Parts: sequence; structure tokens; C-alpha cells
Amino acid sequence: MEKKDIIQSFKDSLFTGLIALALFGPIVGLRTVSKGEGLFITQQWGVVFLLVGLCILGRFLININSARRTEFKIFSTISSKFSSITEDKAKHFAITGILFAVVFPFLPFTDRYFMDVAIMILTYIMLGWGLNIVVGLAGLLDLGYVAFYAVGAYSYALIATTFGWSFWICLPLAGVFAAFFGILLGFPVLRLRGDYLAIVTLGFGEIIRIILINWYEVTNGPDGITGIPRPSFFGLPFKRSPDEGETSFHLFFNLEYSTMHRIIFLYYLILVLALITNYFTLKIRKLPVGRAWEALREDEIACKSLGVNPTNTKLTAFAIGAMFGGFAGSFFATRQAFISPESFTFIESAIIVAIVVLGGMGSQTGVVLASIFLIGITEMFRDLEQYRMIAFGGAMVLIMVFKPKGILANRKPTILMHGDKK
Amino acid sequence: MLKISNVETFYGKIQALRGVDLDVNDGEIVSLIGSNGAGKSTLLMTISGVNKARRGKIVFNGENIENKQPHKIVDMGICQVPEGRRIFSRLTVEENLRLGAHANEKGKHFENDIKEVYDLFPVLRDRKTQRGGTLSGGEQQMLAIGRALMSKPKVLLLDEPSLGIAPKLVNQIFVSIKNINKEKNVTIFLVEQNAKKAC
Repeated sequence: MEKKDIIQSFKDSLFTGLIALALFGPIVGLRTVSKGEGLFITQQWGVVFLLVGLCILGRFLININSARRTEFKIFSTISSKFSSITEDKAKHFAITGILFAVVFPFLPFTDRYFMDVAIMILTYIMLGWGLNIVVGLAGLLDLGYVAFYAVGAYSYALIATTFGWSFWICLPLAGVFAAFFGILLGFPVLRLRGDYLAIVTLGFGEIIRIILINWYEVTNGPDGITGIPRPSFFGLPFKRSPDEGETSFHLFFNLEYSTMHRIIFLYYLILVLALITNYFTLKIRKLPVGRAWEALREDEIACKSLGVNPTNTKLTAFAIGAMFGGFAGSFFATRQAFISPESFTFIESAIIVAIVVLGGMGSQTGVVLASIFLIGITEMFRDLEQYRMIAFGGAMVLIMVFKPKGILANRKPTILMHGDKK
Repeated sequence: MLKISNVETFYGKIQALRGVDLDVNDGEIVSLIGSNGAGKSTLLMTISGVNKARRGKIVFNGENIENKQPHKIVDMGICQVPEGRRIFSRLTVEENLRLGAHANEKGKHFENDIKEVYDLFPVLRDRKTQRGGTLSGGEQQMLAIGRALMSKPKVLLLDEPSLGIAPKLVNQIFVSIKNINKEKNVTIFLVEQNAKKAC
């Protein structure tokens, strides 16, 4: 690294510091405090200078790193090593991951809190995989994916509370409803792509939420739906004292009653659902319709000239993506036993899109890593309460700085040479 | 075989084609030469059904196709190699070819068809698992032609196959086009700016 470069990046860092000062000065530096008879401004310049200093230092480090001299390439080597490991040994990685996920509930350090976080991460992994069909494979940027999650959750809740049907009947029904809504959204947006599509899907997500709030007779409005039945273990409920004529899980298997049984069952339920989503996506990519999705993402005109029907292709992508969102939604409903429109705000869509984009569009393993990273980090900082979203934002910035194309950016081909084992 | 009469196509209010009449007979190679913006590509897109003709008739094997959807037209046996190749750059060569067979992928002839394409352009066989985007311009053009052939067209529409390709490869591609016409009995409608080659 030459002296000139260092001076250059130092200047650049100072300029960054100037921008940081302009931003943090008024936002952090001046603070209004109410003291009895009015508001007073207190000044806290120490914090401002600390933040500005951090920005300067961060910018300087990034500059030096991007100078691409070997001695400073620490970050990129780490990350490239990391992705080469995961790419070369993708299969081993996946199997180890699944094995770990299977034994996870029985590890000594696993407690209730860990299980809850794991269930949440798995829900997001499933949503990420579902959205990956629409965004990663078909290239249709859907910012309203939470709508299908909501449709699935409400379908499950309404069917289960009205008719009293079991989880296993309601689950496919919820999926069908969500797929139907997927097609409903698909039709008007067939001609749109890119930014315009994103705006319309964003609107769709909001429409569903607002309908849920205002259609009081059916959805019970902002109060939500309570008393959603919990899933049973093939007909055996998880209750301490079962109703007459019923056997509950712990009695049937002669175990001592524990609330963990239900949690562990829910964990395996979402694990299986997520793995089905993954398996389905991997399979369908090798079928003509999956290939047509990817072709449509690459070039729509070429698709038309080759006889791919873009209408059907897009609609199937929306419908199938939505269906998995619906499955995840009904799982959410049965886990929480209570749902309200508040669970389906735009931020949920944004998190799911972030998981898909940060994971590397179209990469299944990337979605897993991004979910663990984003949801895990936000959970780790839960003690910080409202500041934890800063951790969330920080995690996103870090990924985008060091892996601008996502954690695992490479798309694996579906056809390999004979004898080429991978 | 393909009869175009008095076709007019518009982009919004702008008229791109005015009263085009053209006949392509079975087994022919027909070339259309014109400068930039003359409407050559528009004509091909109109035949393929990607842009719709506002007036006029396009008859293929005795059937009107001017109002048909693009994928229906491909099913009937008209396939286009679009201008600028437009291959799927993140998909592998073989995946690109498989997409060409999208219209008849369930057909039993797939293995045989793909072998024929590889025999026609051996370089594609060597690059089977490479991503489309990593091919050179000429190879991409071969891929685009091969991809179109996978749908077993009766008429192949070629839009400027020499565009942006090394002169040596241009010759090779035109030789292949002649082969496709003669050996596979595919009628060819070619659009070119490169007048010398087109003759």
C-alpha cells in the first residue's frame, strides 16, 4: 500500500466523519428533556464524537481493505473461504445442518428459550425458502409476501375455530387458500416487472392487512382471533389432564407431563414443513416449470420467442410461493394460539425479503445462514429492547459490505457432467 | 408456407411497419436486408406474436396466426432466434437447450434432438455445463440457434445472426444455417444488415 493511497483514504474517512457529524450532531447531540415547567435541551457531544470517530475508523478500514493488497484482505479471504467451504461441501454441510437440527432439542444446553428462538428461525427459513421461489427463481420481487402468511394464518384460525377440524386437515386448506390469493395477486401484475411489481405487491400486502383490521364480522378486527386449537400428536393432545374419553400425549407414552413436549413437537413440525419446502424447491428446479421460472428471471422476451408461456409460468410461481407462505402461516397460528393483524405488518415482508436477498438470491443454504444471522442477532440483543433493530440493520450492512451479492451468491447448475459428483 | 400481407405494427402511436407483404416458401432461405430502424426486428417479433399486428394478416400453413399468443405460434412450428442472442446467461448451456425444448420437452425425442444440436455445434458439447454468459459471442449465437432448433421448428426466424461476432465465426455460422436448411429441411427467414453474407 502506497503512501498516496493512505492519504487518499484518510481524506475520504474525514469526509465520512463530516457527514456523520452533520447527521449525529442534531439527532444525538441535542436532546430535549422535560423538567417540570417545560422542555430543555441538553447537549451530549461526547456520544456524538464517539459515533463520528467510529464512522471515520470504519470507513478507513473499509478503504484499506478494498485497496485489495494481500496484507489487508483479511475480511474477503475469510468470507471467500467460508463460501468455498459451503459450496464445495454443500451436501455435507446440508446433512450436518439437518442432523444438528434433529438432535437440537435434546442437547444439554437447550432450554425453552433456545427452542422458541429455534422455532422462530425455522419459521423464517421456511418463509425465506417459499419466497425464494418467487424472488430467487422467478425473479419477481414480491414485497407483500406477508399477505400470504396472513392468509394462511387466518384461514387456519377461522376454519379451526369454526369447524373444529384438526390441524392436518386445516393445513392443506390454508395452503390452498394462500395459493388462491397468490393467483389473485398474480393476475393484475402479470405485465409488471421490477420496481413496479414491487410497489404493487407492497400495496397488496397492506390491503390484506387492512381488510383483516376492518372486516370485523369475520376476522374480529384488531382484537384478533383467540383460542386457536393447538396441534395434536396424531390425535393425542398435549394436555395435563385430558378431557373424558381422551388420552393425552404424556399418558399414552407414560411420560411425566411437561410443557416442553408440545414445544419439541412444534419444533419438529416446522422443521419437517421447512424441509418439505426445500425438497420441493430443489426438485422443481430440475423440472421444466422450474427451469422456465429461471429463464423468465433472465430474459422474458427470449422466453416468449421460445414458446414459454409467461402467464402460466408467473402464476405458478406466485401460487406455489404463496402456498408455502400459507403453510408457514397456519403453523404460526397454531403455535401462537392467537393471531391479530399486528403480526402481519410490512416489516415482516421486509425481513423475509432481506433474508432472501442477503442469503444470495436463489441460494437455499444462503437463506438458512441469513435467517440464523438476522433473527439470531436480533434475538441476542433482545435485552437492548428498542435498540435491537440497530443490530438488525448493522447485520444487514455488514453482509452487504463484505458479500455484496449475498452470503452464497452462486447459483448451482441443475445439470452436471457425468461422473461429476457434487 | 408463411404469407404476410399488408401487416402494420405500432409501438404505441408510432408506426413501425407499413403494409408489409412477404412470402416465404417451403424449404427456402429468405433474407431481408435493411438499415437500422427499418423495422426488420419488429417484423420478426410480429410474426412470433410478441408484438401484435394492428392490421393485416399472417398466414402459416393455411392458418391465421396474427392473433395467436407467442407460445402457441412456437408450438405450430415458428421459432425465433432473437436479436442480440438473448441467451439465459446464468443458466448452463444444457439448461438453455432444455428450455428451447420447453414446447415439447415431454417428447421422447429430446435426447436425440440435443445430440443433433451438439453434432451441429460441437463446441456446445464441450461447454455443456458452463454458464451461458461465459461463452464468447459466436458460441452464444450458436447456442441461441441450437436452442431454437430444440423446439423442432418448421420455420426458423433469425435476427441478425452476425451481430457482434468475430468474422471467422460469422462464416461458420452461415455455413451452419445453410446446413440446417438443407439437411434438416427447415425453412429460414433471415434478417441482416450484413448484406454480403445475407446473399
